[in-house]
Amino acid sequence: MKNNLKQLFEAKKENLLSIYFSSGFPNLEDTTTIIETLSDTGVDFIEVGIPFSDPLADGPTIQKSSMIALENGMNLKLLFEQLFSISDSNKTPLIMMGYWNSMLQYGVENFLKSCVKANISGAILPDLPLEIYQSKYKVLFEKYQIPMVFLITPQTSEERIREIDKLSNAFIYAVSSSSTTGNKTGIESAESYLIRIRSYQLNNSIITGFNIRNRTDYQFACQFTNGVVIGSAFINAIQKNGSLRENIVDFISEFGLKPRNL
Amino acid sequence: MNYKVDKDGFYGEYGGAYIPELLHPNVEELKNKYLDLIEEPSFQKEFKSLIKDYVGRPSPLYFSERLSEKYGFKVYLKREDLNHTGAHKINNTLGQILLAEKLGKKRIIAETGAGQHGVATATVCALKGLECIVYMGAKDIKRQKPNVERMKMLGAKVIPVHSGSKTLKDATNEAIRDWINHPEETHYIIGSVVGPHPYPDMVAIFQSVISEEINNQMEGNPDYIIACVGGGSNAMGAYYHFLDNKDVKLIGVEAAGEGVNTNKTAATIALGKPGVLHASYSYLIQDEDGQIVEPHSISAGLDYPGIGPAHSFYNDVKRVKYVSITDKEAIEAGLELSKLEGIIPALESAHALAYLKYLKAKSSDRIIINLSGRGDKDLQTYIEYLNK
Repeated sequence: MKNNLKQLFEAKKENLLSIYFSSGFPNLEDTTTIIETLSDTGVDFIEVGIPFSDPLADGPTIQKSSMIALENGMNLKLLFEQLFSISDSNKTPLIMMGYWNSMLQYGVENFLKSCVKANISGAILPDLPLEIYQSKYKVLFEKYQIPMVFLITPQTSEERIREIDKLSNAFIYAVSSSSTTGNKTGIESAESYLIRIRSYQLNNSIITGFNIRNRTDYQFACQFTNGVVIGSAFINAIQKNGSLRENIVDFISEFGLKPRNL
Repeated sequence: MNYKVDKDGFYGEYGGAYIPELLHPNVEELKNKYLDLIEEPSFQKEFKSLIKDYVGRPSPLYFSERLSEKYGFKVYLKREDLNHTGAHKINNTLGQILLAEKLGKKRIIAETGAGQHGVATATVCALKGLECIVYMGAKDIKRQKPNVERMKMLGAKVIPVHSGSKTLKDATNEAIRDWINHPEETHYIIGSVVGPHPYPDMVAIFQSVISEEINNQMEGNPDYIIACVGGGSNAMGAYYHFLDNKDVKLIGVEAAGEGVNTNKTAATIALGKPGVLHASYSYLIQDEDGQIVEPHSISAGLDYPGIGPAHSFYNDVKRVKYVSITDKEAIEAGLELSKLEGIIPALESAHALAYLKYLKAKSSDRIIINLSGRGDKDLQTYIEYLNK
């Protein structure tokens, strides 16, 4: 079966919008509602966050949502069960995002098998660095055809970005500033960095993430890269009063997308 | 067998640098430069001069007649408690501050649990006139007030950490996040042989002054070296020059807390299984999903859910024997040393002393206890125990 994320990037080159959410938050059973509603609103792909007790690269919003998710009883086994239940109906590409210790304890090969079964299109594992992936896990990820998505930052050298481009076969995640997630840094400060990446004319699509909050940020980043991912701002939005579904639709409508099935 | 770190930053399968890409430039810079910078004559000259005149080294290797008499073998105490700031921690912070200077860093960050490493970091920052920010769990700030005041007096800014369980592990997370947010001007002084490569090796090198001195101070080999292990920096320092010498038996003492079979323990090797925390692969106290479990020890310095990757390796290849001692046994050993020798040890070091009663050694054997710190900071805990 062809990876639906690759199909997406072949078909759509601009203004891609993707959303990150912490699974198990606000409530344990919200995973499928969030994915189905985001799919209905026409979001291009979705990052499913696996909660971890010690999320190094995350700012306060995702730290808090992860902690609540763990208190709610979320774990990787349960998350996969939820994802298996919608693997036939869901058409929006899903990417697993989490810290490496979760995969190690679940079993790396077991994780990849479950990804295949849940029709997952890729993985973002921020604390599994390029070097260790290459020397220890690349063969396994390729065996199960789960593409790894690597991060690059304003500090990443051109040489390293080109190496990452060679190793990637979905997209490259451009972190907008040297910061943890949900930082206050304005996206405008990333302009020269995003222009520089564009000038490299890489083989993979580039998705900008970290510190994208609203439509203005989205449009700004889409001038230079193929799309964006929004995490902390979405998590803040779904904590508002009202139904989860309405909050999601409200948040996404700001980006000019309308629900397909409502 | 190679007991030192390999070129990729591993001890066997343990260690490595499981860092997000955001930290790659910082860690790469350190990795590429630390060995050359440490070997530079100007670095060595300043380090040796300060370690002597500022820290007060070499620390004595003291033959404890009364402990020897009691236990029936020859007990020596390596007196790290006599160092400036009262513990072995300053060996590392002094080395790292000189390294930070060479790297041109102007801003220093550190994590601290009990506050000993925070104080040692604030001290060398004062010495060098560098900005110092110490992350400390909100819970620990309450428990360790005097050290918080010491750090402030030394000019450091102490930032309370309210995330997670509000203790050392979370202070470490927050320090790493600070480093992510300030990648260029900041050096992170980690307090133990933990964290991403090259930290475990770098901290071991700075602490290795302990075993280097033991080697000079004792004719022939000691038979045993015993040290407490939280992250494991004082133990690494005490073992370092003897790792290849199989005649020297090495023992690491973990904190069992209320017992390794209770859920209030910090005995990582006894209970843990390998995983990744703070960018390193090592034994961890964690649940079946890989979530980190908050440890417990009466000694805040041993209250850490992980252990340095070298120790995980030494355990697996059986170079070091890891044992554990409960809160109660440690306190009693601390009180015993106070009465027998007039030395009030840190509760961390008291764990090493407490193992003497279990040690099966010959009367001619020479046993070194690394007395990693002094007990001033623990008076309250000792007093509470005595008043019970």
